Formats: sequence, structure tokens, C-alpha cells
Amino acid sequence: MAGVNAIKKKTRLSNSNLLFLIAAIIFVLMYLFAIIMYPGSFLQFQTFFDLFNLNAPLIIMTLGLCIVMIGGGIDISIGAVCGLVTMACAFFLESGRGSIWGAILIALGIGIVFGIGQGYLIAYLEIQPFIITLSGLFMAQGLLTTLHKDPINVTMPDFVKLRDFEIVINWLGTRNRLGVFIPCEIKPGTIIVVILLVILASLMKWSRFGRNVYAVGGNAHSANMLGINVKRTMFITYVISGLTAGIAGFVYIMTTGAGNVGNAAGAEMKAIASAIIGGTLLNGGVGNLLGAPIGTLTLLVINELIRAAGVQSNFQAMVSGLLLYFFIVLQSIIMSLRDKREFTLALPPWLRLSRKAQGEALQHR
Amino acid sequence: MGRLMKRFSHLFLPLSVMVLLIIINLVKGADYFRITMVNGAFYGNIPNIFFGASELVILSIGMTLVTAASRGQDISIGESATITSAVFVQYVLQANEVTLLTILVAFLLSSVVGLALGAFNGTLVSIFKVQPMVASLILFTGGRSIAFMIDGKLSPILANDLSNKIGTVIPGIPIQTPIILTVVFIALTAVLFKTTNLRLYVEAVGINPNAARLNGINPKKVIFLTFLIMGFCSAVAGFIAVNKAGRHDSVNLLKLIMMDAILAVAIGGNSLNGGKFSITGSIIGAYTIEMLNRTLLRLEIEPAMIKVFKAVFIIILMVVASPVVRASITKVVDKIRPASVQREGSVPLPIANRVGKKEE
Amino acid sequence: MLGKTILEMRGISKSFPGVKALDSVDFTLRPGEIHALMGENGAGKSTLIKVIAGVYEKDSGSITLEGKPIHFKAPEEAQNNGIGTVYQEIMLCPNLTVAENMYIGRSHSLLVNWKQMNEQAERLLASLNIPARATQELSSCSLAVQQMIAIARAVDMDCNILILDEPTSSLDEDEVHTLFALMRELKERGVGIIFITHFLEQAYEISDRITVLRNGKLVGEYETIALLQIELISKMLGNELDDITSLKKHEPDVSDVSIPVFEAIGLSSSAGVRPFDFTIQKGEVNGFAGLLGSGRSESARAIFTADRVTGGEVRMKGKRVKIKTPLHAITQGIGYLPEDRKGDGIIEDLSVRDNIILTLQVLNGFFKPFSLKQAQEFAEEYIERLNIKTPTADTPIKSLSGGNQQKVILARWLLTHPEYLILDEPTRGIDVGTKVEIQKLVIALAHEGMSVTFISSEIDEMLRTCSRLIVMKDREIVGELRGSQLTESAVMNVIAKGGKNRWAD
Repeated sequence: MAGVNAIKKKTRLSNSNLLFLIAAIIFVLMYLFAIIMYPGSFLQFQTFFDLFNLNAPLIIMTLGLCIVMIGGGIDISIGAVCGLVTMACAFFLESGRGSIWGAILIALGIGIVFGIGQGYLIAYLEIQPFIITLSGLFMAQGLLTTLHKDPINVTMPDFVKLRDFEIVINWLGTRNRLGVFIPCEIKPGTIIVVILLVILASLMKWSRFGRNVYAVGGNAHSANMLGINVKRTMFITYVISGLTAGIAGFVYIMTTGAGNVGNAAGAEMKAIASAIIGGTLLNGGVGNLLGAPIGTLTLLVINELIRAAGVQSNFQAMVSGLLLYFFIVLQSIIMSLRDKREFTLALPPWLRLSRKAQGEALQHR
Repeated sequence: MGRLMKRFSHLFLPLSVMVLLIIINLVKGADYFRITMVNGAFYGNIPNIFFGASELVILSIGMTLVTAASRGQDISIGESATITSAVFVQYVLQANEVTLLTILVAFLLSSVVGLALGAFNGTLVSIFKVQPMVASLILFTGGRSIAFMIDGKLSPILANDLSNKIGTVIPGIPIQTPIILTVVFIALTAVLFKTTNLRLYVEAVGINPNAARLNGINPKKVIFLTFLIMGFCSAVAGFIAVNKAGRHDSVNLLKLIMMDAILAVAIGGNSLNGGKFSITGSIIGAYTIEMLNRTLLRLEIEPAMIKVFKAVFIIILMVVASPVVRASITKVVDKIRPASVQREGSVPLPIANRVGKKEE
Repeated sequence: MLGKTILEMRGISKSFPGVKALDSVDFTLRPGEIHALMGENGAGKSTLIKVIAGVYEKDSGSITLEGKPIHFKAPEEAQNNGIGTVYQEIMLCPNLTVAENMYIGRSHSLLVNWKQMNEQAERLLASLNIPARATQELSSCSLAVQQMIAIARAVDMDCNILILDEPTSSLDEDEVHTLFALMRELKERGVGIIFITHFLEQAYEISDRITVLRNGKLVGEYETIALLQIELISKMLGNELDDITSLKKHEPDVSDVSIPVFEAIGLSSSAGVRPFDFTIQKGEVNGFAGLLGSGRSESARAIFTADRVTGGEVRMKGKRVKIKTPLHAITQGIGYLPEDRKGDGIIEDLSVRDNIILTLQVLNGFFKPFSLKQAQEFAEEYIERLNIKTPTADTPIKSLSGGNQQKVILARWLLTHPEYLILDEPTRGIDVGTKVEIQKLVIALAHEGMSVTFISSEIDEMLRTCSRLIVMKDREIVGELRGSQLTESAVMNVIAKGGKNRWAD
């Protein structure tokens, strides 16, 4: 009885958590479906880890993008910045005087410079974020091709070591068709994803800055009146997004080992799609960073499923579109159903409280 | 005079940019405006700008309307155009003999598809209340692979005399056909605005959908309508683009043109958050972008660097136009102006001059 | 009473493009006093408090806070200096929890301690009798509760100065009393409270002193007990008074009572209003009376189908008609001036002209736009008729004062020549002069044969204009008053008695 009451009295889920929950449930269902359909590949832990190993940069970018989106903005420069970073790092590493630490500094530096520049123009000069980050995209692409047009394969020994470095988990392996045991491998990129996810998700949940971002995204004008430095908060979201794009760039080259003009091209749209599937709304104020990897993985699992089904790769995009359609419509329906119920819930007579009823309401808590 | 300036103040930005670009080009070479006659048609820098910007102009008209009504942007226009033009190409290719009728039917067919795609986005935005950019992300993601499916192979060739004429020039007419088509389209748009209340409806919905609804306007229908128009614009743009190219490249046709279209809307002095809009501004904005692209080429900037210059240019433009910078400029100007003038301007006007604009 | 002040403002001026909002205004606040700031709309009250709260920077003048000169550049700074502000529009974030809304922007620690914050919030909510939970999302609270939360936030800030900008406009009577009790308690603690209100009675009930502003200038500062109400009004208005008393209401012709202009049977809507019957005669002015949330606005919205109608039928002049959308209602000759002027009424970036012709244009049809000349004529006719103060018809409506905006919306409806016009709080938040003009207009319209439903939160206003009052409570009709029954105490009685038994069982 007490238990029932406790559930009833529980505060209803916030929009952020609800959308995240939907994303998580659908992801799990989809993965289960994948396991049932193709137990050979999806039952292997390696398949799961490879989703991270190969797509760490996208997840990292989505994390940064989610923060910007929660703050009510958008950053479409991230893919291009990521690409620029891979080329810059490759160029530096192959220049003969390069070092890993130097490359890391370059990656972070480029990311931060883009973040600061765009953040300043958007937050302090109040220019539309889409236009500024579009310029950022052009700028990064231009710098990328100016820097070097042809692919650079990094051959520096230190770097090659880093690239090939893997954490091997022996007890989580599988046997291949020949019966040879293959242990599970985790790339450093996956570790970085996990670390960043923990840091950034905690930042959004438990730091003053994180809550300010939600406030600004929810209603910037009110946030200002509540004493939040709106401009600075917005500015920092773009810096973080630039920074994550830089990190993503380094992880990208750490995974592929080459700088290329086409690296991470179009990743911004994939990141936006991932963020939306993960439950972050473009209007701002609603979202959960844990949804970022979920969103990305959902998109990836679908693509893996299609590949496993032997469908031509050209149609993967179409199925991604369909998946997106499904999610967007589902989110929209759930949100509107919720609004309707809220509407009637907010208006029953007991809310027009006489003092007696108020007292009762208080006792019931 | 003052009234005229006020009326066109929103065009100040795109026009001044255009003048600036022309000056740069004239400094580069005085022959900028030279127009030559080749095979009975005009060519030269200026005609090339008009030729090159045709699709962008048409798309930015639709984008302006979508932006104004729905307070967001359609990012799937390039993909929509690719799909509609794929339909166009397939119909033309299956015909034994390509006549004007074939082209016409093919165009109508592709327009219907365009409207359907617009309806798809429009439904999501108006009924499901999805943000426009999110809604159009679907077609953006999947559109090109749908186009590829319609094509059935990579880059089908559109080799017939009529298509060639539409894409380049009709013998006997000195102006390139895409330019004529664009002018016709702009004229049709003007007629549309003259004969309907589209502007009032769209602006009312974009500024305050609640108030619009209570005054008898159905915001859903208006937003849906702007997406339909956008779909038609995509079909026309796809039609021009594919005839220009002579083949249907489902991967690269009008790729990322939504970026330029949105930019055109912004340069035209329109807010990307909806509300009041100026189609003229967007059209000038679109031509400005094309002019900028060609100016950068003409200045012989390294092709790799062109995007960087474009970015820097856009940023400078947006900084100059930004409300914050404008406000601080006004402050400085106010300080310089003598106090008496300032005072006069600051007294709230009573009902005194209610006469203005009557002679129109 | 002499001596100590916490806030002194001397010669404060502030201009906006085209308007001098404040012209060398002085203002003094002493600790432990409730100081009412009064004036018509556009008098500069809001600007003055926004200068104090750091939202606007003053152009000239000096502010001293407890003897120290200050110059705030952001709301943050004012907050840190012990100035709490509650605005008329609720300045909270709907996507955050109640507790967060109470504490965000105040702490300086880098981390958020959720547990402690929720506990504190829970205690504060309980002590102020606010029916909300700390962990609930703000958007799931009603507007009145949200307003109370905003006040709770300001109260909790240990502020020396509390600014309340029309905090009572969305509260019902009970809630107003809770708020007043709270204000008195804070006063005891030595907090100086600046209180802006349009309700004269409230100012008299709670304030120690009254400062009156008019047209951005200071009229004077007075002890509340020493200032007669009639004096206060004349100070706020200048001299255009006594119109109120000369108002004579219109009693409809009883002869053509047979067929009502509008008749609703069992109408109910998605906003939760209970099925109700309603009729109005030609040339009649009636009104929905009741407290905020009693369903008075919701009934009006149901008639106009501003909310989705869920049941019932509607007759115009005895003929049954289908009204499913506002457009149907408009074509049937019904007009509706909404309660929320900013949210539902004005199209703020459009010109006064476009705002005036909007509805007629919609009626005229999508394919028949008016020429600019025609539109201009319409606009000028009504600008003149309603005495709308605007530089030109081309001016964006957002740069007009509240009262003039309201007149523009009235003009919009009058232009469509409705047979039945619903005015929901047409006088809310506008200056007394315009209020009188609007009341006169309503009576004049009734004389011309228009039926009008007039809804207002100020009962005396309705008593002056309406010949029949429908009293509502808990979203249903609990009584009807007409003729000699129309007195304030009668209305109160009906509200107090009506519908009480419903919830007993």
C-alpha cells in the first residue's frame, strides 16, 4: 500500500528524462532484435565494442553538440573542425618534428579557437548561430584544403604504436569459425568516450554551469532575470562544443591513422540526428547527455542491421531517414499527449485551492 | 525621400554588399561589366551571375516563406530537388521522342513530387509540431538515396535537344534560358503576393500564431502552405539544375545548397526566427552570394582558400549587421550629434503626423 | 519615521529610442516600509524598477544603496546586493524543477547540491503554503503557483529590498491575502518593499507610502493614510477624472427579447469549463463575474471556440450554427478580444494598420487583399475614432503603450462590425483614462445595438457597464444578477455561497 502510494506521489518524469528513457528502451529493444536475428555477430561483445571503437569521434561530437542544443543553440561546424584537426595533426606528426603531445595540443587548440570565435560572435554579438557556425564550417573546410589536399598517412612510430594500441579483455572473447579464440579489444577512443561522457554528463547534472545551460535553453530572458549570465553561459557551450570537436578530431586520427580531406565530412548532420534520437530537442532546454551515445548507437545499429541483411549500402541513408522519421514522430506524439494530459491535470477544481484543500495537499506529500 | 529610405532600409545590407563587390571587381579589372555576344546570346560576368544563381534565387524565395511562417529552415531542399529532378529525368528518358509536351509533362510530374515532399515536411512541422530543421533532416538524410533508387544507376545522361536548350540557350533569344525562367518565377511570385494575402498571413503566423488563430487564420494551414511552395520551388530548381548539367548526379546535384539559401535569407535582412520578411532582400541576397563566389574566383584566390574567404566575408557581414554592433554605432553617432537634435527626436510623437504614405 | 533610508534615487533619467521613459525622478525607500509605486501605464513605474533591478542602465542620476553609490549593469549584480525582484510576467524557466527555479542564479558554489536544495525548497514551499513539490517541473504548475514560486524565490534571498511588480494580477483573493501576510512579515524584519499595483484598494490595504509617477516624471511621495483615494486618482491622471461617475449604462430594449442574438446550450470546452447555458440579447451588455480561474475567461473562450469545444450547441438569432474554429465564429459575427493581449492579441512586429485590418482581411478572403489605400483608410478611420495615440499607421504596434495596443485590437474587431463582441479583461493593465474610454465605448456600442459580453477582474467596472451579470465559480455558473440586484456585495454573496455543496460529498 505504502509502495503504491509512493509511486503515485512520485514526481512525474521531466521531459528530458522521458525522452531519454524512450531512446534507451528503443535502443535496447533494437539491439535485442539484432541479437535474435543475427546472433552470430551481435551476440559478440566485440561487435558492441566496435560500435564504440569505430565511431568514438561521432559520439564525442554529439556530446558537445547536445550541450549547445540544450542551451538553445546549434553548431554545424563540428564535422569540419574535426576534419581540420585530423589533417592538422597528420601534417604535424609527419613534419618530422612532431610529437604526440604536440598533436594533442594542436587538436585542443584548434577546437578551442573555433569554439571561442564562434561563441563570442553568437553570444556577445547576438548573431544567429546557424550562420556563424556555417561560416565556421566553410572556414574549417577551407583551411583543411589549404593545409593539404592529399591524404597523409601518419607513419611516425610513436603514433603508430598509439594507433594500434588496444586494451585486450581476454575473458570477453569469442571463437571464430575456425575455433580460434579471439579476445575482445577496446580502443583508447572508447575509453575517451566513456571519460568524456561521465565528465560532461556530471557537468550538466551537478554543476552550476550545467543547470544554467538548461535554464538558458528553457527561457533565456527569464534566465537573465534570474541572475544568470546568459551570454557567458552560451559562450561556454560553444567553447565546449569546439573542444569536443577537437578531441573528436584527435580520436579520429588515432583510429584511422590518416589525415584526409573527406574526414568527418557531414558528421554534423549525423551528430544532429544522433542528438535528436537521443532525446535532445532543438528548441533547447530539454535533453540528457546520456542520450547522445544512445542516439548515435541506435543509428549505427540500424546501419549494421541493414548491412547484415545484405541491403545495398546506398539504401542505408534511406533507412536512417526512416528511423529518424519514426523517432521524430514518436517523440512528437508522446510530447503532445503529455501536454494534453497536463492541460487537464493542471485545471481540476482542487487546484483552485481553498486553504483547507491546500493543507490537505501539503499533508499528502 | 526619407520615406523611401525607410521603406527600403532592410535592403541596405544586401545592396551595400553588392556595391562593395562591384567596386572590388572593377578595381580588379575595368572590364567587369563587359558583355559579349557568343552564338547569339549574351555572356559575361553579369549574365553569368544571373545564370549561376537561378536555382539559388528560386530556392531562397521558398526558404524565405518557410522561415517566416515556421520560424525555422528546411534543410532538405537540395535533396528534394534531386528527387524531383530524378523523376523528371526518368520520365524524359522513357519517352521515345522528346517533345515539348514530354518535357512539360515531366516537369508537371516532378512538381507533383515536389509538392508531395513539401507536404511531407509540412505535415511534420504543422501537425506534429516538429522543428523544421529536424523535420527536414529526415529527407536530408534519406533523400539522395531515394533519388538514386529512382535513377536506378549512377548519373543517367539527359541528352536531348530540348533539355540542352532549357539548360543553356534557345537560338534566337539572346538571354540564357535559366535566367528567363528565374525572371518568370520571380514575376509569378510577385503576382502571388499581389493577388493574395499570403504576406499578411505568413507574417501574422510567424510573429504570433496564437493571435493569428484567434483572428481566423489557421496557422497549421499557413505553415503547410509555405512548405508546399517550398516543395514547388525545389521542383523548379531541380528542373533547371538537371537541364543545366545534362545529367542527373544524385550524389552531387545541388549539394548543400540549403546553406547558401539560408544565407541568402539572412543576408537579405530577414530574421531566421520568423516574422516579417522581404523576398526582395532574399533575392538580392542570393545574387550577392553568387557574385561573391564568382568574385573570389575572379580574384584568382587559390581554390582551396575560397571557402575561407567566403567565411570571413560572411562573418564580417553579419558582425556589421548585428544588433549589438548597430546599437553601439548608434550610441556613438548620438554622442557626436548636438544635444538639441537628439532631444527633438526623443520626444514621443503625439497624433500629429498621421498623413504619411497617403499618396500611395 | 525620519532618517534612515536603504535606497535613495536622485534625478534618475532613462530614454529609449523615441521616448523619455524617466525624467529626473527621485525615489526613496526606508527599511521596514511598504512603498506603493503608482501611476498610469507608461508613467515609468516599470522602467524605474528595472533600473533598480539592474535590467536597464540609467542615463543619468545617482542611486545610493545604504549610503553607498551603486551602478548595476546586470540583474545578477542587483541580486547580489540584496535586491529581489518579482516581475509581472513570470520570469522563471519552465523546464527546470520548482526547487531549481528558486535557487538558480543565486549560489556561488560550482556544484549543485540537489538533496539540500530540494529540502530547503520543500520547507520554504510549506511555510508559504504553496501547493507545489520541489522536484516537480515548473511547467506542470498553474500560473498562480508559478507566480507564488517567483515570490518565494525573492523572499528567500535575504534581500533588503523586495520589488513586486504587479504580483497580484494573476492571483485570486486567497492568494493575495497569503501574499499580503507575507509582505507584512517581511516588513517586520526590516525589508523595504516596493509594490506596484493597478488595484487602488490593495495599495491602501498594504502600503505605508505611495509614490506617484506620471509621464515619466515624479508627481510626489505621500503617506498613504494622509492621501484620499480621489486625490490619488487625480494625481495619477492629472485632471481627466469624473468621467467615471458620469457613466450611464444602457438598458436593452425589452421588446425584442424573444430571439436572443446568441444562445449556447450545454457548451463545454477542453479547458475544463462545465457545460453551461448562455444567452445574450441585442444591445445587451452582460458579464461573467467571478474570481480568477472561476471559468469566466474559459466560458468566453468556449463561445468563441478559442479552446476546443467538447460539447453543446450554439444558435445565432435562433438558428442553429456550427462553430468549430474561431474563423466560423468570426463569420457568424462574433468578435473576441482576448485576455492575454500580448500572447493572443497583438501581432507585435506588424504595423498598427495591419493589426487593425487583420480580421476584416481574413473575413474578406485569402484571394482578396485590400489595396494599401483602402487599408490605410480603414486604419485612419479607427485611429481617429478611438483616439489611438500612434505616430503613424505604419508604426509597429509593439512600440505603442498597453492602452493604445488594446484600442488597436478593439478597432480590429469593430472594423468587422460584429453583432456580438466579447471583451475579456479589456481594461487589464492599462491606464485609468483609457479604462474609462473603453467603458464608455462599450455602452455606446450597446446603444447602437451591438451585444457585448464584458469580463473584468474589477467588479465595480462590470457593475458600471453590465445590465446582467453571470456569476461563476469552480468552472460553472452559480448565479445570475440583474437590475437592482447588481451590487458588489450581492456578487460576493453569490460567489461565497454558490456551488459550495458540490465538493462536500
